[in-house]
Parts: sequence; structure tokens; C-alpha cells
Amino acid sequence: MANLKELSALPERLAGGHRLCGGCGASICVRQVLMGAGDADVVCSSATGCLEVSTTVYPYSSWKTPFIHNAFANSAATMSGVEAAYNGLKRAGKIPADKEIKFCAFGGDGGTYDIGLQSLSGAMERGHNMVYVCYDNGAYMNTGIQRSSATPHGAWATTSEVGSVQQGKQQRRKDLTSIMAAHHIPYVAQASISNWRDLVNKAEKAFNTDGPAFIDVMAPCPRGWRIKSDETVEIARLAVETGFWPLFEIDHGVWKMTPVRGERKPLTEFLKPQGRFKHLFKPGNEQLLEQLQQECDEYYAYVERMCSLYAEEK
Amino acid sequence: MAERAEQKIVSATGNMMVTEAFRQADPDVVCAYPITPQTTIVEGFAKCVANGQVHTEFVTVESEHSSMSACIGSAQAGARTFTATSSQGLAYMYEELPIAAGMRLPIVMANANRAISAPINIHCDHSDVMGARDTGWLLFFAEDAQEAYDNTMIAIRTAEDKDVQLPVMTTLDGFITTHAMERAELMNDEAAKEFLGERTPLFPLLDTENPIAAGMFADQDSYFELHKALRDAVTASKPVIKRIGDEWAELSGRPFDFVDAWGCDDADYIIVVLGSAAGNARHQARLLREKGVKAGVARIRVFRPFPYEELVAALHGAKAVAVLDRSENFGGEYGPVGLEVATALYNAKETIPLKNYMFGLGGHDVTLEQMEQVYEDLEKLAAGTIDGSIEYLGNR
Ligand SMILES: Cc1ncc(C[n+]2csc(CCOP(=O)(O)OP(=O)(O)O)c2C)c(N)n1
Ligand code: SF4
Ligand SMILES: [Mg+2]
Repeated sequence: MANLKELSALPERLAGGHRLCGGCGASICVRQVLMGAGDADVVCSSATGCLEVSTTVYPYSSWKTPFIHNAFANSAATMSGVEAAYNGLKRAGKIPADKEIKFCAFGGDGGTYDIGLQSLSGAMERGHNMVYVCYDNGAYMNTGIQRSSATPHGAWATTSEVGSVQQGKQQRRKDLTSIMAAHHIPYVAQASISNWRDLVNKAEKAFNTDGPAFIDVMAPCPRGWRIKSDETVEIARLAVETGFWPLFEIDHGVWKMTPVRGERKPLTEFLKPQGRFKHLFKPGNEQLLEQLQQECDEYYAYVERMCSLYAEEK
Repeated sequence: MAERAEQKIVSATGNMMVTEAFRQADPDVVCAYPITPQTTIVEGFAKCVANGQVHTEFVTVESEHSSMSACIGSAQAGARTFTATSSQGLAYMYEELPIAAGMRLPIVMANANRAISAPINIHCDHSDVMGARDTGWLLFFAEDAQEAYDNTMIAIRTAEDKDVQLPVMTTLDGFITTHAMERAELMNDEAAKEFLGERTPLFPLLDTENPIAAGMFADQDSYFELHKALRDAVTASKPVIKRIGDEWAELSGRPFDFVDAWGCDDADYIIVVLGSAAGNARHQARLLREKGVKAGVARIRVFRPFPYEELVAALHGAKAVAVLDRSENFGGEYGPVGLEVATALYNAKETIPLKNYMFGLGGHDVTLEQMEQVYEDLEKLAAGTIDGSIEYLGNR
């Protein structure tokens, strides 16, 4: 992988001046992912959501690379059509045989875990040569912070309210990365914008994979998480360091975790700074907090176990 | 002027003829998902793919929503792109239909006209396609297998014409036309391919030297204007369809008209209808003419853009007109065809009495007796003894 200096010399494919909030994790995610493509030609898509509405306000576009938005549920299906066209046109000789293009579809967690899951699953199963990236901020942010199946257990959202008989979201988060691993596609990874070297590395692998690749990227939303706009990266790092969001990959069936320096921190270090979890620290919710820690431990242990079960054969 | 080209007489279903048109057009991408009675189109095309008769990238999607989504990606990328569907499938891709038109993408889709659930029913009516009426797609209705072929050829050229750049839905009646074996003429491959040419995309997404952003977010300051532009584009496609239809007519020897006006010149009583039911109406009109009743049939072949002038010209001079609708307008009065005919006549200051019928929903039998009843009603309508309110034709 290139070093920081070399990465900074790569073409910038998402121009500044877009209308995402200050400190939004989505644009950081896009820029790091596209660094993984090096200087190759990349065609991008996005599902409806914050990223799309903020970067392509007619007649302006922040994308310095071909970009297509279609609707909410279908970033993957749309890109599968683009990739199919590339193959068909190449076969017809209408695109030169040596012309290489990479395809990268983006979607938020709502557009990926929920409404777009079928479209994503279909595109991955069909084997399109594309990278699908979920920028995961754990809620439908664009419509005003409603819960998605990626919203953490216990988190406040405007459709998983905190009140006298309910303390935020009642269900556990869906483990989408494992669902994608179950598609047995060549490359699946979980990454975070806080660990840029790991993320760019994974993106590079994904772009160089022949066939479908999927990356789920932790990309905090200051507005929805009730954090300050300069805390985005710090909170994303705490997601990793507490084991809430372990960094791992499944490269052609081989599971591998990215080691994190030091001891795993208690989950509360990730939860406490965020306004969406503040009710958990009120008296009476001690048990729920304990349960969340337990669920986090379970998930972390599961990923560790998979990584030892399906480790590279020595 | 094009010479009449050599054609082969075949015995084929409407679906087989659509498949033949697709094969001759050799599209870059076809998205396929099964639904009765469309399925034999994509099955037939799958054979063309397997036998290397086409160079197509065949995308076997997991749903119709993804089918049209992928078609949009593909067409925006620059590829000649086709698909086919029916009924629930068309409904399932509804979200994508106005997007295809709004992005000005020349996708060609065959629709096997079929009833919409509930109750679930696999037979012919037009409630699926009429649900997609206002999406910006051009809509063609075939009467028989031959026309399913001819319309598809004209649709491909029209969609991709540089002055049109719009999606076209070429429809054929479920089972009646999709599955019945008929005599048809198939253009020789060379002439067909020459007629169809290749697609020249205007702003392909795959042109990485000239990056574009497609499918943008447009607010109050531009959405309205962009919609007006789309309306104008749909309207402006009419002379292009005419030019291409005439070219195909010369090559094939089969006439092309927006409205197929049978016996309308001197007719007192005219039935207006879409699709396969026109045959029954014409047969009854022939029988009536033997008895001295001046009966006519105006079959609308191009429904979007709607041929107002042609229709008024066909109906002018009639004493009464009946419009047969094969899709509902619950809680309203006239069905979609009835409304268009009323608009056409009103705006042309024609005062011909009009009556609207619902018929053949969910494959309900369409009989000569029904047509006879309609023509009898028209005499009463002209005499003022009945009114023009909607009726269910042949309802038990
Ligand atoms: C079919 C459909 N349903 C609902 C919406 C409304 N909608 C637009 S964006 C969005 C939420 C997007 O959430 P996510 O994918 O997580 O992206 P984020 O906004 O968080 O970046 C919703 C519900 C829509 N545009 N289309
Ligand atoms: S609401 Fe959140 S996800 Fe949306 S732009 Fe603002 S910070 Fe980004
Ligand atoms: Mg989100």
C-alpha cells in the first residue's frame, strides 16, 4: 500500500463544497475508499441518502468521476447494470479491449441493510465485478434519524424513542458483514474511517478483486449521534477499540482480524460521549448497559472465533 | 425510398416474435425476470444467448425492481438495453419507470398485458400498463403477433433516436397475443439489422474522460422545468415515430398508423379499442355492414404520445362512438381510453355522443355478442334513448 504522502498525491474524486454536514463520516469514507482505487478509472453510484442528496444538487456535482444515482433500494442493481453494459459493450468492440474501469456502489445503512438488501444480495450472487461500500452511520439520517436494522441496541432514534416504558431501540443490530460473507464472494470486509490505513488497504484489495467485493464502513454521523463535528473520527475509533466494531476481512474464505493496539476498552467509552445513548446512563438502566456489554463481547468473540476457525492455513 | 425487403413467413406466437426482434437488434444488455405470460420472451432470448446468436450480457436479476434498476444503469452506461415483464412485475418496478423516463434513457421493454392482483389472475387486461401510463414512457399496443414484432422494431429505433431518447414500452395482450400461434412475416436478418442500426449514446456514463453525474437531486428551482421538458419530449416524439413507422412500413409492406381506422370514413357507429379485441369488433362491424349498418372500428396503436388529431379525424362524422376500456378507473367514470377520447373530441369541438365500457378484465371472455350489443347501444345513444355512462360489458 502507498504511504500517506503518496495517497495525498492521488486524484481527489470527491470535491469539497458539497452539502454534507461538517464532520460527516460519509465523505471521509468515500475519499478513503476511492484512494484504494489508485489512479484507475472508477464509476460510482450512490443510493438515495445523505451522501447522494448532498453531493449532486442539480446542476452541481462534487463527483470528479462518472456518478449515477437511481433510487434508494438499488445502488447495487444499478451498478450491476453499468457493469453489465461495460461487458456487453466490450464484447461488441464498442469499448476498447484494454480499457479498464472499476465500479464502486455506495449506500447508507438504510439503503444497504434494509431496503437495498435484496438488490445487494442479487448483485453479489450474480458475481458482478464491483465493490459495494456501505457507509454505516446506524440510522436513516437523511430523513431525520430513524432507526434502521444497523442502529445499535439501546440507541435513541426518532422511531425508537426513549420514554417511560422504552429505552431506545429494542433490537440488536443486524450483522450484515456476516450475511455478505455467507454469499461466499471473493472479498468481504468491515472497516472504519478512523483506521484509514486499514480501510484504504481493504479498498485496494476490493478493487483488485476479480468479482464482487463488499465493505461495511463505520462512518459516524455527528448530527444523528449527537456528537460534535470534530469528534467523528475519535468516536469511530472508540467503536473499534471497544470491540463494538471489530475490523476484519474475509478474503477468499480466509477470515482475518486487524489487531488493535492495547486492551479492549469497555463499551461505555464508545457509548458515553454520544447523546443518542445518554439515557442509558440514567439510574435504572444499569442492567441494559450490562446487557449491551455482553452482546458486544459475544459478537467480538464470534468474530475472533471465525478468524481462528477460518484462518489462513499455515 | 426503401425497397420492400425479403421476408420469411413463419408461424409464431407474439412472444416468439418479440424475441426475434430482440435477437435481430442484438442488444448489449438484457435483464430478465420470469412472470407469466411474458416469460417465454426471456426464455427464448436465453436460448439466443446460449447459442451465441447475440453478444448480449444477459443479467438474470432477482426481481423486477432490480431489473429496471439494472436497465437504467446499463442504458445510462451507453448500452442498447431491453427487458420484458407483465402485471405484478410491472407494478413491482413502478418506482423505476419514471426514473428511466426522467433520465431520458432509451430502454425498450415488452409488456405482456395482464390483470393486476387482487384477486391474482394471469390473464389479459390493461390494468398493468395503464398503471404505468403517466410515467413518461412511450406506449405501443400490438393487435397481433405480427404487430408485436413490428412495434418492437419501431420502438427500438424510436427510443434510441437522437431526438427522442425515451423509454418505450411495447405491449401485447397476455395469452391472446403472447401465446397464440399465428402466421407472421419475419424480416430477413440483414435488412432488420440495417433498419435497427446501432445505438449512439449521447452522454454515456462509461465515458470516463468526460465524467457526468446522472440522476441528480433537483429542487423547486428546476424540477418543474425539467418535467416540462420531459412532457415536450414525449409530445415531440410523435413525428419521429411516424417517420420510423413509415420507413418500416415501406420495408415490410405493412402499414403503420397511430390509429388503425377500419371503415371509419363513412361510419355512423364506431368502436374505439386497444389491442387484440379490435379483431372481434371488426368482425362484428363487417357483419353489420352486410346488413347495411355503417359500423367502424378505430384501434389505437400508439397510446403515448396520444394521437389526438388522428383519432378525431377517424371519428369525425360519426353519429355515436363507444370506447372499450380494459382497465378500471374505480370511483371515476370513464376508463383511461375513454378519458382520452373524450378529451380529443371536446378539444376538437366535436359533439358526438360517447359511451364507455369496461370489458375483458382478467381475461373475461370477449365475444361477438358483446360487440353486437355495443353497436346496438350506439344506435340508441345516437337517438338519445340511453346515456353515455360506463357499463360492464357481459357482466354476469
Ligand atoms: C423507496 C423509498 N423509501 C423511502 C425513501 C425516503 N428516504 C430517503 S433517504 C432515506 C434514509 C437513508 O438512510 P441511509 O441509507 O442510512 O443513508 P443516510 O441518510 O443515513 O446517509 C429514506 C428513508 C425514499 N427516498 N425512497
Ligand atoms: S445528517 Fe449525518 S450523515 Fe447526514 S450529512 Fe449530516 S452528518 Fe452526514
Ligand atoms: Mg444511515
